Amino acid sequence: MSSLPPVNSPLLSISDLACERDSRVLYQSLNITIEAGDLWHVKGRNGAGKTTFLRQLAGLHPVDEGEISLLNNNARVIYIGHKLGLKEQLTADENLTWLAGLNGSSTQQQRYIALERVGLRGYEESVVAQLSAGQKRRVALARLHLCKADIWLLDEPFTSIDQQGIADEQAWLNKHTLAGGAVLMTSHQDITLAQVKVLDLSHWALQCSTNEHGDIV
Amino acid sequence: MIRFISAIIRRDLLLVARQPAEMINPLVFFVLVVALFPLGVSPEASLLSQTAAGVIWVAAMLATLLSLELLFKLDHDDGSLEQLLLAPYPSWTLVLAKVFVHWLVSGLPLILISPLIAMMLFLPSEAVPTLMLSLLLGTPTLSLLGAIGAALVTGVRGGGMLLTLLILPLYVPVIIFGASSVAAAAQGMPVDGYMALLAAMFVFALMITPWAAGSALKL
Repeated sequence: MSSLPPVNSPLLSISDLACERDSRVLYQSLNITIEAGDLWHVKGRNGAGKTTFLRQLAGLHPVDEGEISLLNNNARVIYIGHKLGLKEQLTADENLTWLAGLNGSSTQQQRYIALERVGLRGYEESVVAQLSAGQKRRVALARLHLCKADIWLLDEPFTSIDQQGIADEQAWLNKHTLAGGAVLMTSHQDITLAQVKVLDLSHWALQCSTNEHGDIV
Repeated sequence: MIRFISAIIRRDLLLVARQPAEMINPLVFFVLVVALFPLGVSPEASLLSQTAAGVIWVAAMLATLLSLELLFKLDHDDGSLEQLLLAPYPSWTLVLAKVFVHWLVSGLPLILISPLIAMMLFLPSEAVPTLMLSLLLGTPTLSLLGAIGAALVTGVRGGGMLLTLLILPLYVPVIIFGASSVAAAAQGMPVDGYMALLAAMFVFALMITPWAAGSALKL
């Protein structure tokens, strides 16, 4: 992790970001700077735009208003969304092979170690279709240990993971942020780490908006 | 970039190997259409040898079309398309890799079995090399052109019909020149012009479609 930037150096700046869906403004004038070492917990009720926000940061959702700029051009981003991006017919190891191949290459030993870290020792050659929902998510999360990235964008990484797994995950988040990485994640669970910063999207939503007839809704 | 392309190709070939039905489907369809045609029309050798070129080419086009809808759809549904698009490489490389596998799985087997099919339809044996060469130049063009449509309807529910409507007009010139080249060869006429046109269409498709489909995928 020596390649990670020093703590508190800015990685990503978000200025005046807005998101509109179905003529509903989800959030607007959102200004924050993501620094190395930050752990942002993105909160909001269902439909507040948490997933869209992360997808905008990843570059998967168009940014109509505002600007997202990567301040460190070498910063690498990993996005793990609701859809895990795993091929059901392939084994855990094969899935990691191609996922890691997108950013470089990996050895079998590295992939096995990554799978061991997420508690899937002995499942390396299991076909993903036969794994449970929690195990599938663990396979996807194993990428965090395999590909060295500065910014982790995690959409609901605790979903279907057991309690011990959630504790382990928080330990990784802690280690990654202390080493100078940054994490933005959504979750309906509380994160117990001290350095967590909360980004509540409802603060950036309009308190009231009007529909096309001019009525306040 | 080469490593990125080969990673996708390796993954997709592995997926095909796990589900061989996907590979056999277009081929079975192709053989069935061609085999049923004489039953429906007439088994007369003179008639069949005249229509063989057209029948083979139309069947090849339909077989290609059959598997196109899934070109990006499966990747879109399980989220791996997102990961592919996030990779630090231009999106046309991803399209090129996916199209290459699609052709390898749906186009190449058709070419390999085409001499057999030609014999079945009493195509004069001197036209067989032309048939194979025209398919070799034509089927990749079909896959490439189809990628634009497949990329546009990715994420659209029931996009199969839309895909057919979008792509069919683009396929017409390929079929006309492909089938005409074989018919000309069967009559002992020169086919250089047809081949040059098919090659030109292939090169044009190779230049334009990966870029166009890549842009469409990002929408």
